[in-house]
Amino acid sequence: MTVETPKEAWTGTVREVTLGATADQGGTRSRTLTVGAESTLPFLHFEASIPNPPALALEIRDRKPDDWSPLLYEAWGDVMDDPAAWAKAAEEAGADLVYLVLSLTTSDGSPNTVENVRAVVRKVLDATGLPLAVIGAGQAEVDNELLVAAAEEGKGERLLLGLCEEKNYRTIVATAMANEHLVQSRTPMDVNLAKQLVILINDMGMPLERIVMDPTTGALGYGIEYGYSVMERLRLAALQGDKMTQQPMIVTPGEECWKVKEAKVGEGVPETWGDWEPRAIAWEGITAAALLHSGANVVVLRHPENMRRTRSMIDELMSSKAAG
Amino acid sequence: MALTGLEIYKLLPQTNCKDCNFPTCLAFAMKLAAKQAELKDCPHVSEEAKEKLESAAAPPIRLVELHGGNGKVQVGNETVLFRHEKTFYNMPGIFWRLGDDESVDELKSKAKRADAYQADYVGIDLKLDGFAIEAKSDPAAFASAIEAVRSVSQKPLILLASTPELAKAGVEACGDTRPLLYYADKDNWQEMAEIAKEAGIPLALRGATLEELAELTKSIQEAGVEDLILDPGLSGHLESLQQLTTLRRLSIKKSFRPLGYPVITFPGRDESSNEMLLAAGHIAKYAGFIVLENVDPSVLYPLLVLRQNIYTDPQKPIQVQPALYEINSPDGDAPLMVTTNFSITYFSVANEVEGSGWPAWLMVADAEGMSVLTAWAAGKFDAERIAKAVKACGAEEKLNHKKLIIPGHVAVLSGELEEELPGWEIMVGPREAVEIAGYLKAMWQK
Repeated sequence: MTVETPKEAWTGTVREVTLGATADQGGTRSRTLTVGAESTLPFLHFEASIPNPPALALEIRDRKPDDWSPLLYEAWGDVMDDPAAWAKAAEEAGADLVYLVLSLTTSDGSPNTVENVRAVVRKVLDATGLPLAVIGAGQAEVDNELLVAAAEEGKGERLLLGLCEEKNYRTIVATAMANEHLVQSRTPMDVNLAKQLVILINDMGMPLERIVMDPTTGALGYGIEYGYSVMERLRLAALQGDKMTQQPMIVTPGEECWKVKEAKVGEGVPETWGDWEPRAIAWEGITAAALLHSGANVVVLRHPENMRRTRSMIDELMSSKAAG
Repeated sequence: MALTGLEIYKLLPQTNCKDCNFPTCLAFAMKLAAKQAELKDCPHVSEEAKEKLESAAAPPIRLVELHGGNGKVQVGNETVLFRHEKTFYNMPGIFWRLGDDESVDELKSKAKRADAYQADYVGIDLKLDGFAIEAKSDPAAFASAIEAVRSVSQKPLILLASTPELAKAGVEACGDTRPLLYYADKDNWQEMAEIAKEAGIPLALRGATLEELAELTKSIQEAGVEDLILDPGLSGHLESLQQLTTLRRLSIKKSFRPLGYPVITFPGRDESSNEMLLAAGHIAKYAGFIVLENVDPSVLYPLLVLRQNIYTDPQKPIQVQPALYEINSPDGDAPLMVTTNFSITYFSVANEVEGSGWPAWLMVADAEGMSVLTAWAAGKFDAERIAKAVKACGAEEKLNHKKLIIPGHVAVLSGELEEELPGWEIMVGPREAVEIAGYLKAMWQK
């Protein structure tokens, strides 16, 4: 009996996006990162081409964060006191991209400043040859000021700047255009909102080749299924030819998972959750794995062990021994 | 694939004889398509039409059921490739592999512990589904291992037996339960099918290729065993994803009957992959039974939560009754907070408040089961709805103050809310539930 492998004839392709610029391209990165360009669902090599593997980023901060899980302090140690050392450690841990998130305040509690951000961005760019993302602290007015400074400091480096949200994207997009960067467009788990923000950003004159779409990630147990299904729907729309859904997708399981009790807390939780450290790492790892299956192109992690595990999963999924 | 009313009509005698108690053959066909009538009501339908209609009515992936002493597990009957297209129906059964080379006492103590495992997730009990017992030596040892597990657990079993002798001994030791017999292959299928048929139990088939499996299912079905499970011998992430996707597509999109059965996977079989992450992949894309080597709670709990999440019906998110909830016995001076009736939102907030030790009132507004951001984006958690909930829940009678804390993600609603609720002070709470304790400490004065 012959069994034929059913194949879909997709008409669309995910847009190819390149982060970072080498010296030849006007930057100083030792390598660039290209994601997207696939013409089928995740890892179905038998169906169509998937030229670029999903990328893994590690999140670092401009200063040691106050509220991370003790397990993360343990995993990173002293490098957290110095963003340059942390970026270097992230590169050594195997990251494709350093995802630098700015803080509202400096370590002494005073408001973060433009000067500080410039200095941090410079230090990080000097410490690592990887492409860099610079993400605001999450308050529109502060972000707009700090991100403009970061964009100017990293001019020409093709940084990924974010977060662009429906209520606050104009300043970030403008500075990204003026300084040759890319943007991360985040919308709250909705196919149409995701598409609409890409259109708005594109309407300002930002080329689609410089927009990475962030559909918002829910942690395992905290709404992962919403993000998962929105991503599947966005990807299906992209492959069916809907141009404005064809951006590569970035997800942030590190941030989402490490703030939930299951990962963050070691005491006062049910015994049925098992030992803290393996459970916490599992929480981030399983969330990341599920999101890779739903179409993530860039996965932002926090724990170096998940960098290792997820990398080995991606290596397998991109290996050429395609079955079927 | 289900037929339409018109396609069914073409297969009927088209005599409008009314013997089926419907006025016309077309009306009867429409009722058949809507599953509101049965084909046997037509006494004149031809054998050929009957066969076509029956096979079209069968689900694209066969429903297979295992029974233990009292527990049961059901897999199969899936109808879509993506959960948003409708929903995934029957969660993959998660089993723990135990070998008969362990002592009876060891088996008993392991099975007893795993049997008792029960974790709470938003009010749902998460458990292991059963045990896969592997015959590693002789029939007597296999039987006594099964008896040992059965003496401490009523959960369904999978019998991992490579020869008919072992299978016989295993099936006998299972009494009147309904285990899955694993496995038949191209060499032993006749004897294995005989054993499964006699015991009336499902049989798993192992084949190196899909072609081999398709031929086996045909032969075994002809030998009288209908409830089958497939094992394509998957190893690693890539082969798993590609083969499971191919099998699901063949069933759903091509109605390819010879492979329309649930699939069993062993994510720990190949040590080069991380068992937990591979199992996560199998849950997302598209396993029927998953046999694990490691069921340490730190691995099992997140996998069970993932399974619960992926198999949640997207049309029916788990909801909490909209009402005013009391946490830590609040009095009239305690803070009032509002959130949505999406279960996960509610439980995250309630857990945090409870853990903080603060007595508080938690008002759950009807946001049609959506989380705060999603509901806000969809217009289901706006100032009007929140104001209505405040008025309806009786907070005004119970409180000595008029302060309402809203989630930080909807800070933008505070102006409108002050208009909707004259005399109330609207306070903007934190964006994330984990920050509630710190927020109350800093912001709430009695």
